[in-house]
Amino acid sequence: MSRSLVIGAVLSAVFVLAALVSFVWTPYDVLGLDIPNKLKEPSAAHWLGTDHFGRDIFSMIMVGARTSIAVAIVAVGIGMLLGVPLGLAAAARTGTLLDEVIMRGNDLVFAFPSLLIAIMITAVFGASAVNAIIAIGIFNIPVFARLVRGAALSLWTRDYVLAARVSGKGAARISLEHILPNVTNLLIVQGTIQFSLGILAEAGLSYVGLGAQPPTPSWGRMLAESQTMFSFKPHLAVFPGLAILLTVLGLNLLGDGLRDALDPRLRRAKR
Amino acid sequence: MLRFVARRLVSLLVSLAVASCVIFVFVEVVPGDPAAYMLGLNAQEDTLNALREQLGLNGTLLERYLNWVGGMLRGDFGTSYTYRTPVSEMIGERMWISLPLAIYALTLSTLIAFPAGIWAASQRGSLVDVLVMGFTQLGVAIPNFWFAMLMVLLFAINLRWFSAGGFAGWEAGFGPALKSLTLPAIALALPQASILARVMRSSLLDTLGEDYIRTARAKGLSRRQALWRHALRNALIPVLTIIGLQFSFLMAGAIIIENVFYLPGLGRLVFQSIAARDLIVVESVVMLLVFAVIVVNFLVDVAYALVDPRLRVRA
Repeated sequence: MSRSLVIGAVLSAVFVLAALVSFVWTPYDVLGLDIPNKLKEPSAAHWLGTDHFGRDIFSMIMVGARTSIAVAIVAVGIGMLLGVPLGLAAAARTGTLLDEVIMRGNDLVFAFPSLLIAIMITAVFGASAVNAIIAIGIFNIPVFARLVRGAALSLWTRDYVLAARVSGKGAARISLEHILPNVTNLLIVQGTIQFSLGILAEAGLSYVGLGAQPPTPSWGRMLAESQTMFSFKPHLAVFPGLAILLTVLGLNLLGDGLRDALDPRLRRAKR
Repeated sequence: MLRFVARRLVSLLVSLAVASCVIFVFVEVVPGDPAAYMLGLNAQEDTLNALREQLGLNGTLLERYLNWVGGMLRGDFGTSYTYRTPVSEMIGERMWISLPLAIYALTLSTLIAFPAGIWAASQRGSLVDVLVMGFTQLGVAIPNFWFAMLMVLLFAINLRWFSAGGFAGWEAGFGPALKSLTLPAIALALPQASILARVMRSSLLDTLGEDYIRTARAKGLSRRQALWRHALRNALIPVLTIIGLQFSFLMAGAIIIENVFYLPGLGRLVFQSIAARDLIVVESVVMLLVFAVIVVNFLVDVAYALVDPRLRVRA
């Protein structure tokens, strides 16, 4: 097992565990204010200190992990659920109008970075975690559609697909039974990468107020709230930022490690 | 080559037309009555009618769309409801901050990534390679707005080399203006430079394994000569793609970074407009940014064809 796979898996597991544990336990209540203890530096009582409302930063990071992971998982899910069938359909009907429409549609979505989609959605419907999920999810659709189409195109020329066609199977059934299982590894690897990008995007959107809204703790918003105070209380900004960095780093390493483990050919290509 | 450019130009125009339809439908049709949305729940009927008249909302959807697009083609983006000034003027003023910032960041990113990627590839497996790969792994994972905050803490608050935010203005001179864009540009450039350096390295390694490089080496070229004379040009193709894609990330990323440094660019304008429900400004800024992304991708495609003649034929 590669070193990056182990480090990535451990880092990712820590944050997923923190998010899961936060459902049943956090050291302090993240919604309760404790003004006498506001802006405390890290100590034995508050491992990562407290914010301007006296809330425990460690507890907020635990609950923030929940928000980040939930947003990223659903956004990747949207991208996969819509992108994979589109990619499979485009590959099955390559060169046809359907393929052209799907691919040009993808190009169009690519012209809208997720932040711009979020801005449009927020301008019309207001800011919320759900709107952040939709914005990141929409941007994920062409990513998966292109990936699956590219991989499926080469699979359609394989002998076993030809055999399936000769035996009378239709394009949809071949896509489901023969193409999809063979692109699963690619999907797992890309899914991990999009998951880490989703966490970064959620943090960015929350930072500018377009993501999760108060009182839901979110890493990006913790950074935004620290903006006017971090010059004299750096711990307010350092720990939420480190949480984002370590989670994304962990997921990226996990993605790299999975790619190597699942497909030795990619390892050679990557060098 | 001309035929290739003409075909890409048609595709560019179609993309722009469809993108403008999407933005128009989303901002002007989805909210129902944009005038009621902008004025809020307690708006009087006569005020609503006046705004509808001012925004040209009384025509059919097609008329409104054509008016909007026609106006933009003439440089008329409408009038901001909040500021009562032409949107084109507001965008024009702020563009002088956002565009130089994106170009500055892209330049920095390329200046960092090219030597790092080439160096790592030419010394594959060495300590330099490991260090470059390690730093780029961190660079990809770091949220740029957090990196920006850390830089403010170090370079503005502790060392006092730069100001913590704001823009000196181009009228203050090129030096001071560039200085106020330096920290934001570094913050924007770092993650992009990391991605670019990784792509540069792996693309160069792929190219160095090709037969024609072996032939060049067999003819007596050193590894260094083969890299600079033959491999680099061919390795540039995927790098160009990434540079094109990065431009859109830089424009979008600038929206967030401008908020960290309180730079009065397009990003700040868009957030102020969202807060003020000024849909006309939001619509125009989004269209402008999408226009920039589509045009840059077109230029990248053309640059591709210049670098690799095979692509002209294939397209």
